Amino acid sequence: MSTTKKLTVTAVAAALGISTLAACGGESEDSSTGGSKSKTVTLVSHDSFAASPAVLKEFTQETGYTVKVLKSGDAGAALNKEILTKGSPQGDVFFGVDNTLLSRALDNDLFTPYAAKGLGQVSDEAQLDKDKHRVTPVDTGDICVNYDKKYFADKKLAPPQSFDDLIKPEYKNLLVTENVATSSPGLGFLLGSVGRYGDEGWQDYWKKLKANGVKVVDGWEQAYNEEFSGSAGGKKAKADRPLVVSYASSPPAEVLFAKPQPTEAPTGVATGTCFRQTEFAGLLDGAKNEAGGKALLDFLVSKKFQEDMPLNMFVNPVVKDAKLPELFTKFGAVVDKPETVAPDKIAKNREQWVQSWSSLVLK
Amino acid sequence: MAGPVAFFAVFFAYPVVAIVGRGLEIDGVWQFGRIGEVLGRSDIQQVLWFTVWQALASTTLTLLIALPGAYVFARLDFPGKRLLRAVVTVPFVLPTVVVGTAFLALLGRGGLLDELWGVRFDTTVWAILLAHVFFNYAVVVRTVGGLWSQLDPRQEEAARVLGAGRFAAWRRVTLPALAPAVAAAALMVFLFTFTSFGVVLILGGPAFSTLEVEIYRQTAQLLDLPTAAVLTLLQFAAVGAILAVHARTVRRRETALKLVDPAQTARRPRGAGQWALLGAVLATILLLVLAPLGVLVERSFDGPGGYGFGYYRALASSDASGGAFLVPPIDAVWNSLSYALVATAIALAVGGLAAAALTRKAGRLVRGFDALLMLPLGVSAVTVGFGFLITLDKPPLDLRGSWILVPLAQALVGVPFVVRIMLPVLRAVDERLREAAAVLGASPLRVWREVDLPLVRRALLIAAGFAFAVSLGEFGATVFIARPDNPTLPVAVARLLGRPGELNYGQAMALSTILMVVCAAALLLLERIRTDKTSGEF
Repeated sequence: MSTTKKLTVTAVAAALGISTLAACGGESEDSSTGGSKSKTVTLVSHDSFAASPAVLKEFTQETGYTVKVLKSGDAGAALNKEILTKGSPQGDVFFGVDNTLLSRALDNDLFTPYAAKGLGQVSDEAQLDKDKHRVTPVDTGDICVNYDKKYFADKKLAPPQSFDDLIKPEYKNLLVTENVATSSPGLGFLLGSVGRYGDEGWQDYWKKLKANGVKVVDGWEQAYNEEFSGSAGGKKAKADRPLVVSYASSPPAEVLFAKPQPTEAPTGVATGTCFRQTEFAGLLDGAKNEAGGKALLDFLVSKKFQEDMPLNMFVNPVVKDAKLPELFTKFGAVVDKPETVAPDKIAKNREQWVQSWSSLVLK
Repeated sequence: MAGPVAFFAVFFAYPVVAIVGRGLEIDGVWQFGRIGEVLGRSDIQQVLWFTVWQALASTTLTLLIALPGAYVFARLDFPGKRLLRAVVTVPFVLPTVVVGTAFLALLGRGGLLDELWGVRFDTTVWAILLAHVFFNYAVVVRTVGGLWSQLDPRQEEAARVLGAGRFAAWRRVTLPALAPAVAAAALMVFLFTFTSFGVVLILGGPAFSTLEVEIYRQTAQLLDLPTAAVLTLLQFAAVGAILAVHARTVRRRETALKLVDPAQTARRPRGAGQWALLGAVLATILLLVLAPLGVLVERSFDGPGGYGFGYYRALASSDASGGAFLVPPIDAVWNSLSYALVATAIALAVGGLAAAALTRKAGRLVRGFDALLMLPLGVSAVTVGFGFLITLDKPPLDLRGSWILVPLAQALVGVPFVVRIMLPVLRAVDERLREAAAVLGASPLRVWREVDLPLVRRALLIAAGFAFAVSLGEFGATVFIARPDNPTLPVAVARLLGRPGELNYGQAMALSTILMVVCAAALLLLERIRTDKTSGEF
């Protein structure tokens, strides 16, 4: 029995050891995030956030604040975590709520209003919370059908250009898309069809799309890397679908991340199939470093950050005079008329649309 | 026992109860009516039905395919056996993001099976079932094979001398001795497949959903906490039931069997039958286990300019990821190793103490605690992750921004393995040895050091190895827990896979291969120090 006691003592000691360790960790956190004179500003974001170290260093030189990035899962999960921890947030600024989820964030009063310096340069159509400034637009991206150039050249078939094209018999069994319930490009594509055909017409459109052999997989990774014959991963996986729902910026990415870089992108964009996504950032309610958070929001819409963004996150700047990198102008697609749906309309109908879509397409 | 109990109360029970409460409690009133409401929904019933059905089917299939393997590993001696036993265990500790990718390549279009026979399994339920076999093959081989190798073959021979046919002798003598181990293995496989997450998410496509996947969707995607809470409770009840049955089987299994040194029971295959069996098992392993792993390795070397180390070299530069990490992806290796080391230390401390306490005491309460220790294996990682997030945010337990959260969550998964491995060994230590030492004047610490430690040292090492490998591969909880920007290997792989472009894909494959090699090395090391006397449950 006394052995047990001994073990218990050891256990307590071990537990204490653990909490001491944790305390050490905690202390260093405190010194960085706590207090009004804190020199660290914490940016909570989804896993896709990326910025050049050089640009973040410039922010530190200009303002004296160091940015700590906390990646918090995919876009939906990251936002939901903030809602769950509302009032005691994990950081100061949240980046990555888009127009499909915007009203969920606003309805939960997640953000403290702040009008970022430089908003005047931000294009009007991106400013979806213009009157209250609870969120600041940071980037836009278009969700579009991508095609495998080689496939269509070999078949001597013109690649599809519009939503209408996708239901034509010559494109039967060619398209792979993502589950609307679990994937944001999947949801974007559904919303694009809603924007195009309206409340009444989209279900009919999807019935035709299903009859035309659309394949649905759960996530973008799988659709793009395993099913789409035009991507580098897809080629290795001997994928057989030459059409995929991805982003308008995927072709430049295929060029940038290839060695040696090809002179032409292997994939193209069907520009008539696009839904525009706008991503926002906001100052979290209860932020410990409000001043730093405000400075960071200013920085996110500054020209420096906006011009650094495209090659890191493969999105477009929202600031009017920000220059696009050559890679984008050369290999990217210009989307003239993307489909859009108002955020409050999305908020009101999102779940019902997703459910109708599921029973229509998956069952 | 106080230590482990406190650990589980703070880092498991409290977070889980809190997140379930968030869903079911409104203004201090528990809304138990919700349970009926959710269970009445036809889509939820469908999920439940599929969860049970696929778990049953997967378990049956795994037993059918892996039992011959268990026999071969237990009774036949062939070159490379140790290496192979380590290799078949690798899938068990690999994250599903990695395996899903490889598995699709094998079973899908243009895969090996497609090329050989034109057979494709992607988007069918077969892909899920076969992946489950891939993951759990080692559970059966280790649990059943471990015991099988220690059964005295002379008993069966005696039966045959007495006139029983080969099959009758096996059925009457060996089978009854093995049955509890088979049952225990089957229940473990059932538990793992019942709570299957990544496999179903990746290979099943949107049409199939298990309880675990549905909890994830309801929590992380839809923020429908009430529904998620009900599903969590449901899964809790189911897992509790499975574990209760498991605990009973294990207890029955501990009835005295005459065990012998496994080194003496295995011999070179003799006769056409044994050679054919060995060939069949090796072919199965080649096709089902080695081929998917091989695909990963092959892709990691298959650069644009032919085969080479290009993707591996790219891992060392932070530019190659286009700023995705802010650090070179190779750093994930060191992050992973250090997290796993801390997690192993915690798991050993908590699990070792729990096992020691369980050995000393008997009784219903303690046995209940035994089963309780297994619960983290069956509770959704997203539930634990979100629970951590909303509970560990206030002093004195303000751990949310701290790196220790990750090893803590990983240790939760490691503890059950430590307990399961340590328990049989500790129980086998003769109490009289301890008493004798105490009578001779040794202090309790000295008794432990001189008597227990030498006897359990190997088991301790094996437990450590398993906890280490499991922590290394842990993905579900790790990915949900907020942490500063230092990804673990599986998280880095998932992120690289999440970006388009050849280089990202190639780097993901290269990192997966590194993870695989590290896991295999850890497990191979275990093979070398496996105790001869008893192997525990894994």
